[in-house]
Amino acid sequence: MLDELTEKFERVLKKVTGQGRLTEANISDTLREIRRVLLDADVNYKVAKQFIEDVKIKALGTEVLTSVTPGQLITKIIYDELTNLMGSKNTELLLNPSGVTVIMVIGLQGSGKTTFCGKLAKYLTDKKRKVLLTAADIYRPAAIEQLKLLGRQINVPVFELTGEKNAVKIAADSISFAKENGLNTVIIDTAGRLHIDEFMMNEVASIKENVKPDETLFVVDSMTGQDAVNSARAFHEKVEFDGIVLTKLDGDARGGCALSIRAVVERPIKFISLGEKLDSIEVFHPERLASRILGKGDIVSFVEKAQRELDEKEAAILEKKFRTNQFDFDDFLKQIKMIKKMGSLKSLLAMIPGANAALKNVNVDDKQVSKVEAIIQSMTKEERSKPKILNGSRRSRIARGSGTTIQDVNRLIKQFNEMQKMVKMLNTKSAKNLFGNMPIR
Amino acid sequence: MSILKSISFTKIKDGLSKTREKLIGKINEAITGKAKIDLETLNEIEEILLSSDIGLDTVEIIIDKVKTSLKNENSRSEETVKKVIKSELSKILEAANTKIDQMSLSKFKPYVILIIGVNGAGKTTSIGKLAYNFRSEGYKVIIGSADTFRAAANDQLEIWARKAGVEIIQGKTGADPSSIVYNAIKTAIDQNYDIVLLDTAGRLHTKINLMQELKKMHTTINKLLPYAPNDVFIVLDATTGQNAIYQVNEFKKYSTPTGLIINKLDGTAKGGVIFQICRENKIPIRYIGVGEEIDDLQVFNPNEFVNALFE
Repeated sequence: MLDELTEKFERVLKKVTGQGRLTEANISDTLREIRRVLLDADVNYKVAKQFIEDVKIKALGTEVLTSVTPGQLITKIIYDELTNLMGSKNTELLLNPSGVTVIMVIGLQGSGKTTFCGKLAKYLTDKKRKVLLTAADIYRPAAIEQLKLLGRQINVPVFELTGEKNAVKIAADSISFAKENGLNTVIIDTAGRLHIDEFMMNEVASIKENVKPDETLFVVDSMTGQDAVNSARAFHEKVEFDGIVLTKLDGDARGGCALSIRAVVERPIKFISLGEKLDSIEVFHPERLASRILGKGDIVSFVEKAQRELDEKEAAILEKKFRTNQFDFDDFLKQIKMIKKMGSLKSLLAMIPGANAALKNVNVDDKQVSKVEAIIQSMTKEERSKPKILNGSRRSRIARGSGTTIQDVNRLIKQFNEMQKMVKMLNTKSAKNLFGNMPIR
Repeated sequence: MSILKSISFTKIKDGLSKTREKLIGKINEAITGKAKIDLETLNEIEEILLSSDIGLDTVEIIIDKVKTSLKNENSRSEETVKKVIKSELSKILEAANTKIDQMSLSKFKPYVILIIGVNGAGKTTSIGKLAYNFRSEGYKVIIGSADTFRAAANDQLEIWARKAGVEIIQGKTGADPSSIVYNAIKTAIDQNYDIVLLDTAGRLHTKINLMQELKKMHTTINKLLPYAPNDVFIVLDATTGQNAIYQVNEFKKYSTPTGLIINKLDGTAKGGVIFQICRENKIPIRYIGVGEEIDDLQVFNPNEFVNALFE
């Protein structure tokens, strides 16, 4: 029986020539388009190239089991990989339960460090931490004033040493100050600096060495282009950081630099900063950023289509009903609707290993589907769940109600009974065969 | 769908950890000893241009032109390829820069310059530098500090004004920026100033209410001086990627940009996105910012900019 099924399966595959598996040929156009999309989203060109190449190599040969095209499937795989790569388990800040936790915030000029420090202070204050903000940017005019104003707005003390020209001393003193005043979290706002400015990079390294922060966060503007890899790598080499903060995501930047940075430094994105209000800070959701990088157009709708169609929950419920032999007309209707969503019934069923042969006596002609729907919809709730009560008078009522003939109704009930029998048969063997291999995750 | 196991980034990392070579070196590598430009070489050139944030659309146009030009060239040496690329890039910038009227500064008094841009692009720093430049040339300059939103923006600009030795008009945090615009221009008219520099709050181009506020500032300026503002400079951060295109397009809807200032060109970012901006909008680049000192603002020179891409 297995050989017979395999043969059938192969035949169907041939019918849809070249579309049954992912091949170089049937995904190359899509991959070229995805490359363009990634570049437009400011993913570094080398990262984009390598990423696509890696995904391609791994994905080639993958069976295309659903109604989606190879292009759509590879897009979905790209989306999933993108989500995986940017996601991470350790996105939580490391906060010491006792003693002082020190968080150092670093980055280029204008990336949004000071605003982020204010937001982080509020976020941690809301989590019942006793926060101190340290103004260690002694270069930018009024940077200290800005932090002090932010501190006042959220009622968090700000540590500064007026006239002090040594940022290391300010940072170190602020920690002693926190200890003396019963504060358990210190956020150090450092000056913005260019990664090629040796003097400034030495300064930040020296602050880190002296205060040994528990968390060092690298703040990056989500609008950053190709250069993100250079600055991130340079900062990481000099001052190994623990996490990334993406700012200004309330604009329309696609944030491809996040992928670039993840590629050169394997550190998690810990926060998303979305505006100028002090509570506009979020923990990171990789799937949202993946959608954003891939854009709002066709690509995401492909992905959404694939996901919608692969409705896991629905399938799981049906599978359970199949297994427990509780499959009724309501489920039949649901299944028909689900399958209809996925495209041509026959080709689809044929692609389910085991289903083709098992369903050979069940006529599921596409043209019949709307008729079947009408018939089932004309049944009462009770009739749908207990098909056994469908006697002659009920059947003729259903035929009238659905605008079909009594023969149509009889045929459907016969098919349904056959299907139930088949389900029972499968259950005694392996129900997994039917649904375990179905392209529903 | 967990079809694939997680992909290691090691390969990508290795590729990137090589010291970033200069463009000429790369083209040297790509071309030297090769009789003709093959597809591989052109792909390499494409990548080199992409790494400067030039953007795929513009890169494709340039490469197309390079291919065409090379067909007519007997020589396909490194020199020729370089020359063709540079000339195409310069053409784009020069076409936009023909619009600059160097004499207009003396035609209007006061001459009003409005500075706009997204957060963190370097507007306030640019104002300080511009004020210093104009002051050094002997103009009587006044600054209007219309960024009433950001904490301590006033203080920051005041420090710059003091360094530049110019006057400044400020308002309270949270005040209507248009009221400060009004005061600054009124003062300039009454007290015979030559140039008014108006700083505005950083606004993401997607924030409609902030963009409306910008429009309102225009109306206020117009009421006092129907010819003003004479210049509206959009300040761009050179590290910004393709989003700069959207920034300019949006600002154009609410304001009348006459020029661009590109900041932070002292880093490793090349600011290549301006090629598409210039190509599409014909907005000239006026100044570039190359550091944090008050004299680190230079007049833009298209050829120098293009040459810097190749250094």
